[in-house]
Amino acid sequence: MLTARFDALRARGRRALVCYATAGHPDPERSIALWQGLEAAGADVLEVGVPFSDPMADGPVIQASSQTALSHGVTLEAALDLVSRARLGIPVVLFSYLNPLIAAGPGVLRRAAEAGVHGVLLTDLPVGSDPAREAWLGAGPLAFVRLVAPTTPPQRMAEIARHGRGFVYLISRLGVTGVSAQLPTDLPETIASLRAVCALPICVGFGISRPEQARLLGAHADGIVVGSAIVRAAGESVDAAVALARELRGALDDRAS
Amino acid sequence: MQTLGVTDGRFGAFGGRYVPETLVPALDELAVALEAALADPAFHADLDGLLQHYVGRPSPLSDAPRFSALVGAPVWLKREDLNHTGAHKINNALAQALLACRMGKRRIIAETGAGQHGVATATVCARLGLECVVYMGEEDMRRQQLNVYRMRLMGATVVPVTAGTRTLKDATTEAIRDWVTTCPTSHYIIGSVVGPAPYPRMVRDFQAIIGREARRQMLERAGRLPRTVVACVGGGSNAMGIFHPFVDDAEVELVGVEAAGHGLDSGAHSASLTRGTPGVLHGALSYLLQDAHGQVHPAHSISAGLDYPGVGPEHSHLKDSGRATYVSVTDDEALEGFALLGRLEGIIPALETAHAVSWIASHRGRWTADQPVLLCVSGRGDKDVAQVSELAHAPG
Repeated sequence: MLTARFDALRARGRRALVCYATAGHPDPERSIALWQGLEAAGADVLEVGVPFSDPMADGPVIQASSQTALSHGVTLEAALDLVSRARLGIPVVLFSYLNPLIAAGPGVLRRAAEAGVHGVLLTDLPVGSDPAREAWLGAGPLAFVRLVAPTTPPQRMAEIARHGRGFVYLISRLGVTGVSAQLPTDLPETIASLRAVCALPICVGFGISRPEQARLLGAHADGIVVGSAIVRAAGESVDAAVALARELRGALDDRAS
Repeated sequence: MQTLGVTDGRFGAFGGRYVPETLVPALDELAVALEAALADPAFHADLDGLLQHYVGRPSPLSDAPRFSALVGAPVWLKREDLNHTGAHKINNALAQALLACRMGKRRIIAETGAGQHGVATATVCARLGLECVVYMGEEDMRRQQLNVYRMRLMGATVVPVTAGTRTLKDATTEAIRDWVTTCPTSHYIIGSVVGPAPYPRMVRDFQAIIGREARRQMLERAGRLPRTVVACVGGGSNAMGIFHPFVDDAEVELVGVEAAGHGLDSGAHSASLTRGTPGVLHGALSYLLQDAHGQVHPAHSISAGLDYPGVGPEHSHLKDSGRATYVSVTDDEALEGFALLGRLEGIIPALETAHAVSWIASHRGRWTADQPVLLCVSGRGDKDVAQVSELAHAPG
């Protein structure tokens, strides 16, 4: 379903809007309302963050949302339940740290697929780090999405692209998740180097929050991922987060006109 | 050849490199630099010189006549408390700081629990002229105010960590976040045998000087190898350091003492090896205190240095392979050990070490007179005196 979505976007010359939201934030019920609102606002893919006690790759906004979600008792199984109840029409990618998946046991990938999840992305399982677990994830029913960082050398980019499914998530800049005033000036070059060795769609994430950033990146990447900005807005209200998604959708589509 | 996603650095099933992609090249760079340094006589000359003339190595092996009489067997004390800065931590901090210089990285990041690793890192950064940023949980800053002041005196920036349990676990997470942001110009000096490869092996090798010296000193002083080597285990660097050179001596028993906090069944302890299950935290697969959902369970120990829900992956391997035995000691028992060594030997141990002291004391009669016991005195207790005296005067 991920591949079909990106194929359809490509055919229409459109860029993907990938929205991240932490499952169970601001609370379980509003989480569902938020996801449905993001879909209605034009999100192409929803990344559902699995709350984790020690999110080492996340900045303050997503850390706080994870803590809130955990305080509501939302862990991996509860997140799958929410996905199942949300009945979304867009592909869902589970965004998690490895440990909750290990703890959930080998059947979790099938349970996730049954709940309506299409892909999985892990922050702390880089290509080559654990061949047995990577094979498990790669052979399961979910598209195993891999990440490329600004520090990744070209040869390794090719290796990651070869292992990836669905799309490749390019981390825009050094650091943890969070909103940035400015993206690195050499980001278009980084996208181009990745493009040279990667047949999969490329979505750029980390630090993206504003329409002008969306417009700029739309000229180079196949999609953008917006996380902390959505989560921060959702902390105010679901409507604020949905309005932000609509604005970014507009900016991405604008680019073409 | 520059390997893609190297999978070395495992100890049996444990260890590995479970990190954000951004750090993979930094870990590759570190592994390559480490190998080059270890093959370079100039690196060893620098390190050995500083260990001797700055740290004060070799550290003595003390006999402990009154403690031995209590235990019923000769107990020997490996005196890491006599190192500059008062703990074993400086062995590793110094070596990694020299390595950082070789890599051209002038900014150093560290995490600290009790503050001993933070102090050691601040110290070597002052000595080598490096910028130093230490992450420390707010709760630990309260428990260890003196060490916070020492770090600041030496020019380090101490950053309070207010997330989660506000202890070592969260300080480590925050240090990793810094490193993900600054890895091209910063080196992260992890203070224990934890973290992604190559850290656990590297830190062990830099701490193994404890065991190499102690093994030689035992043969010289006691005329034989110890029957049992005992060390406290939080992350486990002093234990790995003293255990490692004895691993091939099959007749030597290795015992790691974890913190049982309020008791193993209280839910408030730090005994990852005794009560944890394998899981991934801070870049490595190892025994971990966690719930059924894979969320990390907060640790507890009276000793900030043991207050950590994970443990070095090599300890997990030594446990599963049966080569080492892991036991645990409660907060109250550790306090008895703290007082005991001071009263009997005039040596006030760190609260971390006091766990190992207490385990030996409570096993009097376990050894015969010809079975020497070797205890790693990982640090001195000056840092803990204020906390312990508060407890002694607390009502109830």
